[in-house]
Amino acid sequence: MTAELVRGQNHPLPQTRLEIRISAGNPIVAGATLGDERGTVHGAEWVAHPASPQLAGIEVPKQAAAAHRLAVDLDAMPEHIHRVTVLLALPTGVGGPARFGAMAAPFVAVTGLDGTEIASYTITDLDSESAVAALELYRRQGAWKVRAIGQGYAGGLAAMLHDQGLAQGADLAARINEAVARGMARSVAQPPPRPEGDGRVRTAAAGGGTDPAPAQPQTPPQQSQGAPQQPQTPPQQSQGAPAAGGPISYQHPGRRTAAPPTPPPAAPPAAPGQPAQPVAGDASGWSMDERLYNQVWGMFEDLARTTAAYRSAVDFAESRMEQELDRVLSDPRTRVGPAADSARAEARAKHTDLVEQARTALDRDLAQLIAEAEVVEPALPYAYARWDSPVWQAYQVPMEVPMALRLGDLHLPERADLRIPMLVRLPLERGLWIDAGRSGSLDGPADSGELRRLAADTAVAIAARMLAVYPAGEFAVHVIDPAGSAAGSFAPLVGSGVLAEPPAAGAQGVSAVLAALTQRVDLVQMAIRSRATDALPPDMDTAERLLIVHDFPHGFDDRAVTQLRYLADEGPSVGVHLMMVADREDARAYGPVLDPLWRSLLRLTPVADDHLADPWVGHAWTYEPPMVPPGSQVLGQVLGEVGRAAQALRAARARESYGS
Amino acid sequence: MTVNMSKGQAISLQKADGGTLTAVRMGLGWQAAPRRGLFGSRTREIDLDASAVLFADKQPTDVVFFRHLVSDDGSVRHTGDNLVGGAGQGGDDEAILVDLQRVPVHIDQIVFTVNSFTGQTFAEVQNAFCRLVDETNGQELARYTLTGGGQYTAQIMATVQRAGSAWQMKAVGEPANGRTFQDLMPHILPHL
Repeated sequence: MTAELVRGQNHPLPQTRLEIRISAGNPIVAGATLGDERGTVHGAEWVAHPASPQLAGIEVPKQAAAAHRLAVDLDAMPEHIHRVTVLLALPTGVGGPARFGAMAAPFVAVTGLDGTEIASYTITDLDSESAVAALELYRRQGAWKVRAIGQGYAGGLAAMLHDQGLAQGADLAARINEAVARGMARSVAQPPPRPEGDGRVRTAAAGGGTDPAPAQPQTPPQQSQGAPQQPQTPPQQSQGAPAAGGPISYQHPGRRTAAPPTPPPAAPPAAPGQPAQPVAGDASGWSMDERLYNQVWGMFEDLARTTAAYRSAVDFAESRMEQELDRVLSDPRTRVGPAADSARAEARAKHTDLVEQARTALDRDLAQLIAEAEVVEPALPYAYARWDSPVWQAYQVPMEVPMALRLGDLHLPERADLRIPMLVRLPLERGLWIDAGRSGSLDGPADSGELRRLAADTAVAIAARMLAVYPAGEFAVHVIDPAGSAAGSFAPLVGSGVLAEPPAAGAQGVSAVLAALTQRVDLVQMAIRSRATDALPPDMDTAERLLIVHDFPHGFDDRAVTQLRYLADEGPSVGVHLMMVADREDARAYGPVLDPLWRSLLRLTPVADDHLADPWVGHAWTYEPPMVPPGSQVLGQVLGEVGRAAQALRAARARESYGS
Repeated sequence: MTVNMSKGQAISLQKADGGTLTAVRMGLGWQAAPRRGLFGSRTREIDLDASAVLFADKQPTDVVFFRHLVSDDGSVRHTGDNLVGGAGQGGDDEAILVDLQRVPVHIDQIVFTVNSFTGQTFAEVQNAFCRLVDETNGQELARYTLTGGGQYTAQIMATVQRAGSAWQMKAVGEPANGRTFQDLMPHILPHL
């Protein structure tokens, strides 16, 4: 039951832990003074106000707002406090009304902790006042009561505090106003947005080396607002940084709450009946990188589904025609003669008609997807781009790992020139197998030696893309080439100095590389399991590893094969990836024990081959490897850039270790 | 305006202004079983499932239900399986969205069904209904009240059929028994 108080009326308080809720039409300051039996406030330390919000038994808000909740615990009040006066004031110097008469009447309610109102009071009849003592809680014969006061002061806070016995009321009022103005400034200043992708910037944590990511330039705030009139709207805090006044940040550390740095490009409104004009990046995501990734996957799904519709219609048309032709044949009366001919013609016409309709629908969708591909393909960053894209000419070693990497192109026979980028997420979740064998490839070269060379070239082209999209020092490639049979293909990697060490040759080389990587996987796994990543040796760099195994199983003994299987199983979770360049037939002698190894790897082919299935319908998509165009120097240029960056990083680390 | 349809009634999905429907949604809603046991964990949950079967000349070619949420061609989408029901306030607990413009050319009928996966009959389910909504403007085209529908565990709700270049809806409303749409196939075929 709520008592609606009028000025001067009092009401008993059934409990001592209370909330005082205040609401007003505009932001106001709320505070409280604590007085003795005679109501005298003995000093500034007896006033709870925005600059000093907490006293024993009461807490007031730090900022001006249109709605407040004050927590009161009367049991916690010191013995000598007999009166708690709740006061409201208009903030000065921040815009907004200068007198209570210009705004809606403030409303004050005393409630229990569960929000049930005990007493409420609407402060009417205010005019030129800019501060008001709203109500007081007071002790009377050991119990607490509330009284509605509503005493306004045209002289503002200073006059009110002085009236309550504070000689230095003017000073205190000035401090309160300053704190409120500061709080308002804090709540409206838009923090500069974090640089894009900040959460994913990687640093060499355990490497002890230099931070490969230099400070990113702070982009200026997007919008400079004037002093808003509604400072109670929650400000957008910069990520991770606690608000200046509070010790706790309620931000989720891994979640970005700031607005995306650039708004997604909006497609212009479509003409009625026409599909919307395609725009690159027309998908959801926090960054352009993510939006393009989502858009490419969206196109992939659309193409899969529209092709499914087409194939299903054609299949149906054919089976219906066959049934109808069978029916004509099975009836001896109509098997021959003009009636049969016309029935057959009709069945064929129905088939043609339906297939044409299906083709029309498919062509309509394909045209839309091709138009989209035409704007998306040139907009792709180099991690998603083909080698012949001009973005590679402006290649620079990146500061952060992209979301995904293009491993090649996918298309369906219905429209072979509509190529969908095959984007896989980084870091790789499974190893790769570049199949050097002749297993059902469409139009591979007859010569198996040529196929092996193409396979090695494909491996180099993919490894080069991975090296190019990781920041300097965060991705290392090892090569096992036991017989040195692919030296020609691996020359670009060797020549540019991007390899961690020269290609391993011979049985000893194989076992040395495998032993080192096996030990590394074991060590990192152990450290992660026991949550002691700090205990890893300081000279261990944190780069991800790619092991290219050529000519498997040449130079492999049983022990090496076991280690390889271990790497394939356990490596990806600790950043050690496997790329097999192999013909499965060569490893036939091992029998079925290697089947799980092949199955765990993503099979890619050095020539176009339709062996990859999409996740929605399961069409067989033709994969084309990311080959460098003949005569192009792009691979050498990019690897040269990567090699120089790696060298510079090594030199910087060496300097640092000499210095220390 | 809601049409409480009776069995066999057909309505054309032409809009009042002559335009044809482009997207429809089949909604299914029911009230969750009352909580029992100290922690509400001993409730006999009620799981109704909405399914849509795509037919080409009386041959089922694709089906959208809780194990296959999107038809291969992408034109029919199930928003996801609800295993327990809702508040019974009339909101859809499961929905199937059909983009009629993208339905493959050879599909000439789509049949919507409701099954009680957990086996309760409609007599035992509170506030159960299914309805067909014009997705472009939210207008309800047809509604069936399932509650009180007797000792049945399934219903063949309606079919949407091609009629020339447009689509037409035929209310079926035939009760049947079965756990999933497969059990209903013999009952569906006479309505094609």
